[in-house]
Amino acid sequence: MSDKKTDTTAPDDAMLDDANQIEPGDGASADPEDRDAPATDTLDTVDDQAKQPTEYLIQGGDFDDVVAAQRDKGDETIVINMGPQHPSTHGVLRLEVELDGETVTHIRPGIGFLHTGIEKSMEFRTWPQGSILATRMDYIMPMFNETVYCLAVEKLLGIKAPERADILRVLVMELNRIASHLVAIGTGGMELGALTVMTIGFREREMILDFFEALCGTRMNHGYVRPGGVSIDLPDDGLAQLRTVIEWLHRHLPEYAGFCNENPIFRGRMCGMATMSLAQAMSLGVTGPPLRATGYPWDLRKKQPYCGYENYDFDVITWDTADAYGRVRVRLSEMWESLKIVEQCYEKLEKTAGQPHMTTDPKIAMPGDLTVGADGQGNSFSHVKHIMGQSMEALIHHFKLVTEGFHVPAGQVYQAIESPKGELGCQLVSDGGAHPYRAHFRDPGFHNLQSVPLLCEGGMLSDVVVAVASLDPVLGGVDR
Amino acid sequence: MSVTNVVADATPPADPPAEVAVDSTPSVIGVRKGMWGTGPGDVSGFGGLSSPVVRHQRASRPYGSWFDAVADRLEELVPGLPDEVNTDHDELTFFVPKALLLDVVRATRDDAQLRFETCPSVSGVHYPDETGAELHVVYNLSSMTHNRRVRLEVTCGQEDPVIDSVTSVYPHADWHERETWDMFGVIFAGHPGLTRILMPDDWQGHPQRKDYPLGGVPVEFKGAQVPPPDQRRSY
Repeated sequence: MSDKKTDTTAPDDAMLDDANQIEPGDGASADPEDRDAPATDTLDTVDDQAKQPTEYLIQGGDFDDVVAAQRDKGDETIVINMGPQHPSTHGVLRLEVELDGETVTHIRPGIGFLHTGIEKSMEFRTWPQGSILATRMDYIMPMFNETVYCLAVEKLLGIKAPERADILRVLVMELNRIASHLVAIGTGGMELGALTVMTIGFREREMILDFFEALCGTRMNHGYVRPGGVSIDLPDDGLAQLRTVIEWLHRHLPEYAGFCNENPIFRGRMCGMATMSLAQAMSLGVTGPPLRATGYPWDLRKKQPYCGYENYDFDVITWDTADAYGRVRVRLSEMWESLKIVEQCYEKLEKTAGQPHMTTDPKIAMPGDLTVGADGQGNSFSHVKHIMGQSMEALIHHFKLVTEGFHVPAGQVYQAIESPKGELGCQLVSDGGAHPYRAHFRDPGFHNLQSVPLLCEGGMLSDVVVAVASLDPVLGGVDR
Repeated sequence: MSVTNVVADATPPADPPAEVAVDSTPSVIGVRKGMWGTGPGDVSGFGGLSSPVVRHQRASRPYGSWFDAVADRLEELVPGLPDEVNTDHDELTFFVPKALLLDVVRATRDDAQLRFETCPSVSGVHYPDETGAELHVVYNLSSMTHNRRVRLEVTCGQEDPVIDSVTSVYPHADWHERETWDMFGVIFAGHPGLTRILMPDDWQGHPQRKDYPLGGVPVEFKGAQVPPPDQRRSY
């Protein structure tokens, strides 16, 4: 292939050549000597030559030739690239797998294909805009990204969001946790061939996303949690919609246990697979369901409460098998605990109706009380009337706040919350300006993916899919 | 776990490091002028204001809550550790000279009274104005036994950006250090495979440094040109 690049033919011709793959000796060649493998030049004996692995490429050729060439060598080691476009890698994860037959001897994850420089971009945006960027990292759990960022900003500012904002944050986070676990279980099930788990998983998630859309106008990338509170209160029929979602989940969540828990294929593929003991989890710093599946009840909502989690009644779910099956069971049960919290939020929201959802500090809170219009856009006609027709000072204040944002005292903080995937951390540095000096996100997927070699090496290639799915990485968050 | 258990209170380092930076209190990292932005057009009357930008205040004893116990124990285990601590926002930060970093992390992990089992996050911060200590590496440690968090901050100069890798103590710092190398160009000596992780292997430069441009093109919107974010007026 490389020699064709030097060809001066028109690009169209070159592309045709590539597509046809007609050249003998190109790609999977029957004769390994055809290929220029510099390493073979230094070999002296035939014996050494036999031990030297042969390199095959996959552009065309007849696979029978590959098999025939390989048959007599007794060398079953092959190195393949799984991903970055493989459907079971949950995005663009690349796994370099070295196989002996079907057994994985080495596996190395390669990441970075979805790196978008969110942390760098934040340094050029105002503090409230950071929430809009953070939500796009791990797009399966946007509410957590926003919340951890806003909690960190609030810590730097030395303020606390009002009670109702905390309740709304807990509400959207727990609904988001259910949605995230549904995706984890659904896509994990799909990769084992259990397509129904995926279709019903996305059906339930859709209900939650519909609620988010009614709440803040967007299904994903919400930008709902802002420094100082949340952008908008529940709509007038918000509690009724929330009741619908709660009832829907009560009716449908048992289906997952019915489909999965005792399913022989599900158990056969997951029980005892991708095991990670507590000691291994600690040495790898793994958090979230993989840690709790080892039996260790580490949950930041209980241990280091934020957003008023200490006021909610829920249990930390653990499991004792430390394998892929245990992680699924932890997620299944955690959805029920989240639903319990959502119901408590419902009651608290009823009690706190009319209280502010945003800090009252006019230097931080966006002016005006937005409502979501029929077009899905937020607007506040009374505020527009006020600044455009009545008060020039209010207009200037609005303009300054939107274009320049607010200054945050210099300092450095680290805030961690319990996301569906583990510890989600946000390290913020401020130099006293209106932009973050440095924002760093500790994504649980980024950290937990380091344990892929531990989970996969020595196992079968087919179990790599199970192992990766059991960690539930989302590459938007891993790469940021 | 392949890491050998190091007895924390053994062997003090041969000689205390020379570059122990006991900086002035408070450490001023810049001066902010005016109330709003830089550049012309500030008609608010606040243009004459001038205020120092303070990075951190050095805390003095007692630090409060469990901070004193941890600081005492760490100073006991790591002789020569300067008494430079920050306790802003109820978070404990130790400013560790880079020669002592490995001693400190061994102590934080292995000592029963400290027992910070994991290092959930390592990242860098670039302060181009701090000559000789432009690059800061920040380690956030977490203790599940005691339910505590502590932060270590280590600096190195841009000319000689080498810091010992903590992967021998915290194996899971592997990717975080690779990311910090990738983004800031800090070389972690002793890391098992310090390669780029987020950027392509053949990338030039370290994108999170402050002198690395953000990039972007001007966007035309309804006839007006909006400059890329790093060329807009900064506030």
